[in-house]
Amino acid sequence: MIRLEKRPVPSTRWMIATPFLAVALTMVAGGLMFAALGKDPVEAIRTIFWDPLFNPQFASYSRPQLLVKAGPLILIAIGLSLGFRAGIWNIGAEGQYIVGAICGAAVGLAFYPAEVWYIFPLMVIAGGLGGWAWAMIPAILKVRFHTNEILVSLLLVYVAQNLLSAAALGWLRNPEGGGFPGSRNLSQYPAAANPELIAGTGMHWGVAAAFIAVIAAYILLNRHVTGYHIKLAGQAPRAARFAGVSTGRLVVFCLGVSGALAGLAGLFEVAGPAGQISIDFASGYGFTAIIVAFLGRLHPVGILLAGLLMALTYIGGELSQFMLGVPAAAIQAFQGMLLFFLLGVDVLTNYRIRFGKREVA
Amino acid sequence: MNLAGIDPILLLASLMVAATPILLAAIGELVVEKAGVLNLGVEGMMIFGAIAGFVVGVETEAPMLGFAAAALAGAVLSMLFGILTQVLLSNQVATGLALTLFGLGLSALLGQGYVGIKAPVTADFDVPLLADIPVLGPILFQHDPILYLSIGVVVATWAVLRYSRIGLILRAVGESHDAAHALGYKVVRIRLAAIAFGGACAGLGGAYISLIRVPQWTEGMTAGAGWIALAIVVFASWKPWRVLLGAYLFGGIAVLQLNLQAAGVKVPVEILSMSPYLITILVLVIMSSDRARAALNAPAALGRVFHASN
Repeated sequence: MIRLEKRPVPSTRWMIATPFLAVALTMVAGGLMFAALGKDPVEAIRTIFWDPLFNPQFASYSRPQLLVKAGPLILIAIGLSLGFRAGIWNIGAEGQYIVGAICGAAVGLAFYPAEVWYIFPLMVIAGGLGGWAWAMIPAILKVRFHTNEILVSLLLVYVAQNLLSAAALGWLRNPEGGGFPGSRNLSQYPAAANPELIAGTGMHWGVAAAFIAVIAAYILLNRHVTGYHIKLAGQAPRAARFAGVSTGRLVVFCLGVSGALAGLAGLFEVAGPAGQISIDFASGYGFTAIIVAFLGRLHPVGILLAGLLMALTYIGGELSQFMLGVPAAAIQAFQGMLLFFLLGVDVLTNYRIRFGKREVA
Repeated sequence: MNLAGIDPILLLASLMVAATPILLAAIGELVVEKAGVLNLGVEGMMIFGAIAGFVVGVETEAPMLGFAAAALAGAVLSMLFGILTQVLLSNQVATGLALTLFGLGLSALLGQGYVGIKAPVTADFDVPLLADIPVLGPILFQHDPILYLSIGVVVATWAVLRYSRIGLILRAVGESHDAAHALGYKVVRIRLAAIAFGGACAGLGGAYISLIRVPQWTEGMTAGAGWIALAIVVFASWKPWRVLLGAYLFGGIAVLQLNLQAAGVKVPVEILSMSPYLITILVLVIMSSDRARAALNAPAALGRVFHASN
């Protein structure tokens, strides 16, 4: 008889080992899925995880893409991880990402075609504020009316998607676009563009912001009292209340930070890699970032690594689509599987597995 | 603008059709939450049921087989959540989200070859005699069998929860799993059964969208219906009859905004399309603002991990 025995303290060793175990299990299960689709599993896994980085034919294109995709994922996941640690579940980052992009792009387009240095900084501020404001809706509703922030933040994603199509078809549409939906291309408007900073690396301001966020979150969690309060509220809510931690302030802080970071990610994306507000601008980064946050164990450095890995599955997914004809949805299922395995093997962190007969209760 | 083109009888009849997917998913989730488990994967189970039902329905040309397959598919997918949360003791919120993300991906994958195909027609079942009543007949008694089944499920859930021993045990597990365990009830098994029931209901609801309401397959076609179902359970204060009321209210809003779009009302289409979500949020705010009452109705052990120490 197998039974679980709770560990007095979570095992640090397993906490580090489980993500690797989960990735390995996902590769096995994913390989089975690809085999079921009639593809050679070994080749599919190699195309996803190896070719984008090391295949001489593709690496020159794929390697820069790694940072381009990882940037927004890390930026959003860092914000989400703060709330997740405190038991505050912002799962509407996708909506905050969209609203941040709309606000930032709107500011940039309002100045068109002026060429002054302060346009891009203003757009960054507008993007962050947009995401922050969108996240404040569930935050204030939770603090004031005890509304469930999971449902409200998620439902607001659908509202944001409607705003996006209204913007792309209506008030942000390119007046010289011949009636096609979509805004002017910001990446071709130098004062508002978010260009590649070092040629051939994929490094843009959003990636820089992601790295800064990783460092800031590390300092916050390890050296600052707010970070301590976040951890305390997550691990021992009752103790946190006795210690005078204000739950409301924590909700506003965590949702605000995660919303602002998601908004920034949206702005950097719309001014850089995406280039314009279009109907299909929302790419699911806000949801994938949830997987990144968990895969990184809600730890800033872990999230950095998890973001890079998840970016690799995106690029490798595109490559396998192109090379092997693996459907795009397979990668989505693959990413979902990864989160499942991660949550499943996590039992090893908190429990010890014991073999032997169960005593009579 | 042509509001006169909206036929009130047709509107009310289509209201019931629009509400049924949410009703099925919500009543299933109600049972799950009554057992003390919060499954946020409703959206994933719905979309998985939608594609499973559609595939089987199209291949066999028997919509009823499609529905059976959808219920089975939803239950099987929910067991992933069940094993992770009940046996491997994972966090319910995170696992539910994983279920939704996985379900969306998997259904898109399975639905590759089924875009643009029309679903086989589900024959309406006219209730004898009652269907001929003017006005009320077309609204209430000329629907497909699954719609009647959904109402039957609500009635059965209410009766079982309120009057039967099984219902009592289920509620006990949801209120205090430790006490239920001490009394000798198999908490994990009971919860797994409730999760499977919730999955089957969500799968049925999803298939109702792809086989009857639309009836076609498109990626992500549930469009948040699973999340609205979760909100309706809160709105209903975990009471079956109020789930029925809530679902029909939201069905009404969904149908009304579609009709207003078709009638060409001078309101932007996007505002109309976002209205069901905004109204759901508004209702959540109203229902949650009285904290004492909300806490009284919610199952006390909702979302808490159960680990028997001996």
